[in-house]
Amino acid sequence: MPRTFTPKVVTANDLMEGDVIYLTSEDRWTRDLSEAELITDEAHAQVRLLDAQRQTDIIVGAYLADAVAGENGPEPTHFREDFRRTGPSNYAHGKQEKATQPRA
Amino acid sequence: MYRYSEFDTAFLEERNKQFRAQVERRIDGSLTEDEFKPLRLMNGLYLQLHAYMLRVAIPYGTLSSAQMRQLALLAEKWDKGYGHFTTRQNIQYNWPKLKDVPDMLDALAEVGMHAIQTSGNTIRNVTADHFAGAAADEVADPRPYAELLRQWSTDHPEFQFMPRKFKIAITGSENDRAVIKAHDIGLQLIERDGVLGARVIVGGGLGRTPMIGKELSEFVAFDDLLAYLEATVSVWNQIGRRDNKYKARIKITVHENGIDTIRAKVNERFLQVRPQFKGADMALLEEIKSHFAPPVFREGSVASFESAYTTDPVFRSWIDTNIAPHKNADHAIVTISIKKHGATPGDATAEQMRVMADLAEEFAYDELRISHEQNVILPHVHKSDLPAIHAKLKEYELATANIGLISDIIACPGMDYCALATARSIPVAQQIATRFDELKLEHDIGHLKIKISGCINACGHHHVGHIGILGLDRAGVENYQITLGGDGTETAAIGDRTGPGFAYDEIVPAVERIVDAYLEQRESSEETFLQTYRRVGMAPFKAALYPEAQANAA
Repeated sequence: MPRTFTPKVVTANDLMEGDVIYLTSEDRWTRDLSEAELITDEAHAQVRLLDAQRQTDIIVGAYLADAVAGENGPEPTHFREDFRRTGPSNYAHGKQEKATQPRA
Repeated sequence: MYRYSEFDTAFLEERNKQFRAQVERRIDGSLTEDEFKPLRLMNGLYLQLHAYMLRVAIPYGTLSSAQMRQLALLAEKWDKGYGHFTTRQNIQYNWPKLKDVPDMLDALAEVGMHAIQTSGNTIRNVTADHFAGAAADEVADPRPYAELLRQWSTDHPEFQFMPRKFKIAITGSENDRAVIKAHDIGLQLIERDGVLGARVIVGGGLGRTPMIGKELSEFVAFDDLLAYLEATVSVWNQIGRRDNKYKARIKITVHENGIDTIRAKVNERFLQVRPQFKGADMALLEEIKSHFAPPVFREGSVASFESAYTTDPVFRSWIDTNIAPHKNADHAIVTISIKKHGATPGDATAEQMRVMADLAEEFAYDELRISHEQNVILPHVHKSDLPAIHAKLKEYELATANIGLISDIIACPGMDYCALATARSIPVAQQIATRFDELKLEHDIGHLKIKISGCINACGHHHVGHIGILGLDRAGVENYQITLGGDGTETAAIGDRTGPGFAYDEIVPAVERIVDAYLEQRESSEETFLQTYRRVGMAPFKAALYPEAQANAA
């Protein structure tokens, strides 16, 4: 039996800054995971990934990352994605400088 | 200190110009990421978890004060005010922007530095004993030979597309501070019948298949060494596996073929290669040697040092841990700890880099070294200057007296920065150091090296840590495996796994239990952790780590 599809977001790194970014449903890139489009349909996920991968002049390394619906939008399911959306734990650098995401 | 020739300068200028154009073409969309990636990696530029990372080579870990100041400038102007010294004697900047990198490389070129071959399947930065040229136990300064290897390997046409990366380390001492047995090739300079040469070790390495290097030749004279090394790399380049990147390093080639077969092939290849080396390399080596002539060591009374040592206990503690014997009895080698308790191992701020540069210029014949243990060294210091140096270091949080102790931890960047990592290492290091500082036990515990890697690639050298910690992802949770009894010196050994791993919040208490077991087991305070482990074996440590398993078995 094929595995059940788990919800995803499209994520990548920004070409110029390298920062972690997410694709929104309005086809915009956001630095805030809670604004990302949470994709619940597998076929749609593949289309959205293709949409992202076409944009090679502004992003790098697009892929589908597992996420779940939270109170304020998508939330990560794996600690790696939690670090990606937050920044390093030894300094308040990266996204934490703008304090968009409190650390869980 | 090596000074760039016109050729070096022109070569670097050309490379930097090429890379600037490549970055422009990437930004304007004419290069795809697939096309650009190998080009940026050739220039030390990685894309990590949150940002780009620029890895700058510090050849054989040697810097002048001007170079250190330039590293500070890069940190301040194009990064977040700090740099991270690595286990390969390099420095990494964690936050550069793509458009700024060409300017960073130009700034490095101004002081004879670059980021070439800090990535990719090439011969990487040649590392050396960080006490080179100063150590009391040295046969010869290994850095002239390391510089010859840098020139030989840079852009070497035969060695640009090898099965995998290739790392060479070199030491001039019997006491191995350069971990030569965990490198693809390790060289130990020795003298035989008045002729300088090297013992050649091959096929060491850490990563997922850790191996201690084996002796390929007990002695190769300098005249033949470059040809011999070319033959060695050439044999591996030909028969090394390209079907599986995890089986591609020379350690696997040596393991699969056996050291005797490899030796025979190298000897055969050596006879072919040797006639191509007509002595130009030896002429070059002579020229390079002149760049590394030792400074004229100043003379003077060391009375002020002796009186400070007697009267100031903080100074005395720092001297007892952070100072190593120098070949000139009135001088000392100072290791500046970049491991303040609770701070990130290997991270120095731009201000700290400038302070160390100033100290080097004023007191240390303008030389600095970076150690693979992520500390900074002033290799030549007259003892009378030690009190002034210590006072200055204290002002800038650089006077931690912990070299070789439990808080002098090697830690890779781990999942706080690295895209390959499977768990964090930095916070584990921070917590261990903080905990043992609170316990005020570390001077009593004595010599104990903890090394932490955030993935199986082992940049944190965990296999050769007296206590090694490896961070893994176990079913979506960080989990830490422990090894004991590893050793990165001339008595090199791979550590033994204790058993099941520990969760993130269990790992510091687990280390504490290991240390308690050691304190209980040791015969005297003179017996180090490693000596105790070698005497008593794993059992008492296992009992301390897994009390439940012991209870169940009983």
